[in-house]
Amino acid sequence: MQSLFQQIKAGQLWDFHGGIHPPARKQHTSQKPIGRLALPDRLYVPLRQHIGVPGALLVAVGQHVLKGQPLTFANNAMAVPVHAPTSGTVLAIEPHIAPHPSALPELCVVIAPDGLEQWRERHPLHLPECDRLSLLQRIQDAGIAGMGGAGFPTHLKTGAASGVDYLIINAVECEPYISADDVLMQEFATTIVKGIDILCELSGPKAVLIGIEDDKPLAIAAMQAACSQREQYLVKTVPAKYPSGGEKQLIQLLTSKEVPAGRRPLDIGIVMQNVGTVFAIAQAVLEDMPLISRIVTVVGDSLTQPQNVLALIGTPVGYLLDACGFSPEPAQRIIMGGPMMGFTLPSVSVPVVKTSNCILAPSQAELPSASNEMDCIRCGACAEVCPAVLLPQQLLWYSKAKDLDKLKEYNLADCIECGACAYVCPSEIPLVHYYRVAKAEIREQSRDELKAEQAKARFEARNERLEQEKQQRATRNQALALQRQQLMAEQQKNREIEQAQQRVAATSDTATELSKEQIIALREQKKAAARAYQAEKATQQSMQHSADTADAAAANEPAAASLPATQPAQSQPEITSDPRAAAVAAAIARAKAKKAQTEPGETSVVVPAATAVAAEPILDTRAAAVAAAIARAKAKKAQAEPTPQPLPAPTAAPVKPQSDDSGASSHDAAASSDTDRDANRETAKRQALAAAIARAQAKRQQTDAGSVAMSHVPQSAHSTATTTKITDTPDTSALAKSTAATPDTPADDPRKAAIAAAIARAKAKQQQLSATDPKDQA
Amino acid sequence: MSFRIASSPHHHSQQHTSVLMQKVILACLPGIACQVYFFGYGVLLQLVLAIITAWASEALVLRLRQKPVLPRLKDHSAMLTAVLLAVSIPAFAPWWIIVLGTAFAIIIVKQLYGGLGHNLFNPAMAAYVFLLVSFPQQMTSWLPPLTLQAQQQQVLDPVCAVFTDFSCAGYSLTQLKTDIDGMTMATPLDTLKTDLSTGKTISESLQQPVFDSIGGLGWNYVNLAFLIGGLWLLQQKVIQWRIPLAVLGSLGLCSLIGYLIDPDLHASPLFHLLSGGTMLAAFFIATDPVSASTTLRGRLYYGALIGLLIYLIRSFGGFPDAVAFAVMLANLAVPLIDYYSRPRTYGHKPKGSY
Ligand code: SF4
Ligand code: SF4
Repeated sequence: MQSLFQQIKAGQLWDFHGGIHPPARKQHTSQKPIGRLALPDRLYVPLRQHIGVPGALLVAVGQHVLKGQPLTFANNAMAVPVHAPTSGTVLAIEPHIAPHPSALPELCVVIAPDGLEQWRERHPLHLPECDRLSLLQRIQDAGIAGMGGAGFPTHLKTGAASGVDYLIINAVECEPYISADDVLMQEFATTIVKGIDILCELSGPKAVLIGIEDDKPLAIAAMQAACSQREQYLVKTVPAKYPSGGEKQLIQLLTSKEVPAGRRPLDIGIVMQNVGTVFAIAQAVLEDMPLISRIVTVVGDSLTQPQNVLALIGTPVGYLLDACGFSPEPAQRIIMGGPMMGFTLPSVSVPVVKTSNCILAPSQAELPSASNEMDCIRCGACAEVCPAVLLPQQLLWYSKAKDLDKLKEYNLADCIECGACAYVCPSEIPLVHYYRVAKAEIREQSRDELKAEQAKARFEARNERLEQEKQQRATRNQALALQRQQLMAEQQKNREIEQAQQRVAATSDTATELSKEQIIALREQKKAAARAYQAEKATQQSMQHSADTADAAAANEPAAASLPATQPAQSQPEITSDPRAAAVAAAIARAKAKKAQTEPGETSVVVPAATAVAAEPILDTRAAAVAAAIARAKAKKAQAEPTPQPLPAPTAAPVKPQSDDSGASSHDAAASSDTDRDANRETAKRQALAAAIARAQAKRQQTDAGSVAMSHVPQSAHSTATTTKITDTPDTSALAKSTAATPDTPADDPRKAAIAAAIARAKAKQQQLSATDPKDQA
Repeated sequence: MSFRIASSPHHHSQQHTSVLMQKVILACLPGIACQVYFFGYGVLLQLVLAIITAWASEALVLRLRQKPVLPRLKDHSAMLTAVLLAVSIPAFAPWWIIVLGTAFAIIIVKQLYGGLGHNLFNPAMAAYVFLLVSFPQQMTSWLPPLTLQAQQQQVLDPVCAVFTDFSCAGYSLTQLKTDIDGMTMATPLDTLKTDLSTGKTISESLQQPVFDSIGGLGWNYVNLAFLIGGLWLLQQKVIQWRIPLAVLGSLGLCSLIGYLIDPDLHASPLFHLLSGGTMLAAFFIATDPVSASTTLRGRLYYGALIGLLIYLIRSFGGFPDAVAFAVMLANLAVPLIDYYSRPRTYGHKPKGSY
């Protein structure tokens, strides 16, 4: 059996399914020479004439440009520049109706030609000295994009081509009326072959197959003559049938291969270039002539002189039509492209672009427009002609029913919109139109689905978060309630202790021993009080003096009172020096406490005047709460981050919340680590410091509202210093221990346990969340 | 100036549904002429009645469904249904048979399913079955060819028979069916069936006057005429070759097998192909696009199924001719056939299931 290559060389052709034979009507234009027109007075050069992104503008309004001067510059791979088609002045850079089925305006450079046709400097390349890169660069710089239809950037197609078996030159031109490629080959066959040489240089194929329909004998002869020196260039005459010029169909015709669904021809070792593109490449490389003009077939019964013209890119369609003797009939149609796949133009001011191969102005008699759509009679004529081997009647049915799943099942995506089905449909159903609508709907739906998925993920994350917050709030409220209860008890107890202390101070001088006993026996609060009492003894300050200081401190920065606990404790025993004064002080303190109690939220700030013990655990929990709040905030942020970019997130998302979480928990640990009995001094010190800082932070936040209450705290200005001093002394251990002692009280245990539980829950939640998140996104 | 905006393609083959239907009707003319020649012009009366009824019922339903009437009437699909039904029923059947049948075909079978393109069954055949089941006597009262009739047919006889059930001379249909020997004659297929059931062999049965050398007298020419019409339709690309070929091929093959097994009990393939409504079914009825399979491969299956069913019902069923039943049964199978005969789309791997 012959190999495929041998078969191809032997001249074998294959066939594709279906196809139609519409009247070609090319004879009006294909026998005439290419018409050269005078310069139009305006050129509208759209910045984007290809698939991809427009380049960056290089010119400004009012600037004079030379012929071939780039107007834009390709700042990324998907961009190809556009050039000034002739020398002249940039009149404006503004949106102008673009040659696109949607007829939406696109940004155009409007040029007023000066008639001089002044070229910029040109640098033709000498092929043997060129490397691949400079060739590709030249192709991109010349603004070349596929001239057969879609306008895919040529440098990308060529640049990606390595390991190519066949380079197919598409010169089939199967649409009726169009003969632009035909006359191009007739007049420029040698240049085209030079262009093929360049492409071979770039992709090195086994063979070059030049497909031409058999109704172009002159072009075939010209190409055969031009290729006679090159053995691996095979001119292939294919029978005239629409749409044999379709990329997939031509590949099947010439090589019997099918491009797998959703893949590119390159995947089966084939690159296809339109013959017009090849010509443009040759001109760009060998003459440094960017793509600034193209051959356009201007044809139709509404014209008196249909012909092929060499049109500058940007020439308004109306100018070409008028040059060919345009006499429009009522409800005239102007079609850009062929009668099968072209689109109607709403206005003749639309400019010619790189992909415009034909301007068709048919009369109604010539191409009767679809009259009345009738019901599908399921005749199957459409299925018979569909080159993609689809079932157009089923697609129609499901398009009308908007059954998008069925449409996918019946491979709507493989429809090439060739229009063969609509051409033969006896019921004159605009099938392609239905498919376009359905395709748009499918695109819309997949967009919506993506959006809905993201919204769902967001919604679930939010629900989780709200639930988590609710739980945290509940835990915190519970803890606060407990604290408040305990606080009341403490206050009561403290008041008793205070009174007892006063009694003791009044009757006994052995306060030191007593306080030592208290350290052992009682809570850290008592110890602190005793220590303060000692200090007070040493200073021998009078009651009056301390009152003065208190007054002075009243005006002080409340925020500085980060450790009021020690201060009042110090000042408290002062009072005890005089039983009477002490009684008065106690009364004042009680009054203050009462007053403070009446102002909710400040209670804890004022209370230290009477007690330090209560403040400590409260601050602890507060710090914990603050830490928790920070952790929540971070978690929230972390949650919010992955949602906008669901795809790359799955690996990052679980890590992030966890790291945040661990940060939060270490925070919590620092705040609550005081409870660790086994900690040695150093750690105790550090922990105490950390706790103090945490407390200070917490305090500062709370004191924002409680400045009035703070004014009751005496000597608050120095309190920070005092704290530092205290933590420096060996007493720190006592302090640490005393804090550690707090859990001894039965009321403390459940509180901490509750907090710990809350933290644990929060962490578990977060881990759950991070575990489920990627699943949702996947 | 403003230009008209249209969606591509801007080109059309100009083969419209109405033109297709018209051509199918035209292609029926040779067959109808043949029927007139052999059986009298009763069939023309039936045609007129059927077409008027079809138009009236179509217009009525369209009016009720608040759809434009004229454009739909102009697609000629109702007329085609009427024609196909009219040539299928006995030429001398009473007028209400065809009126009832046509109305049933248009209103129930076609429009109640949603109009042209939506009907599951071929309207003409569904109506035929409906009539055959409801009025078996009238539906089987085919007269023998004119040459065999004992009573010379008078000019107005068909009119009288259709509208009064009696010929102008007052003979009943049964009397008209009687041959010169006083025997009641049936259609060739009927006769064959009856003869076989009484133990005669095929060759003995073929001695009966209703047969000529290759089949039923007159009927074979009618079939040939429909074949000519059908070939013209093929040439005009109004119908595609798949269904007719599959119908005739499978019927021919089945009958050939039977004939080879026992030529005494099974009629020859040629007899089957030229009897009853074979050609009408193959070219005009099975090719009705709406109720046929729409995939290319599916059409082969569909045609073959009809051929097989025709043979089976003719040979083993209780009814004399089988075209209508065969087509209706195949109509039922169409969704299944369509589903399993989906073509492999370009660029897709062949799927194991279809
Ligand atoms: S050609 Fe038109 S009428 Fe025929 S099956 Fe296809 S869509 Fe239906
Ligand atoms: S337009 Fe689509 S469905 Fe119609 S023939 Fe072309 S590929 Fe097939």
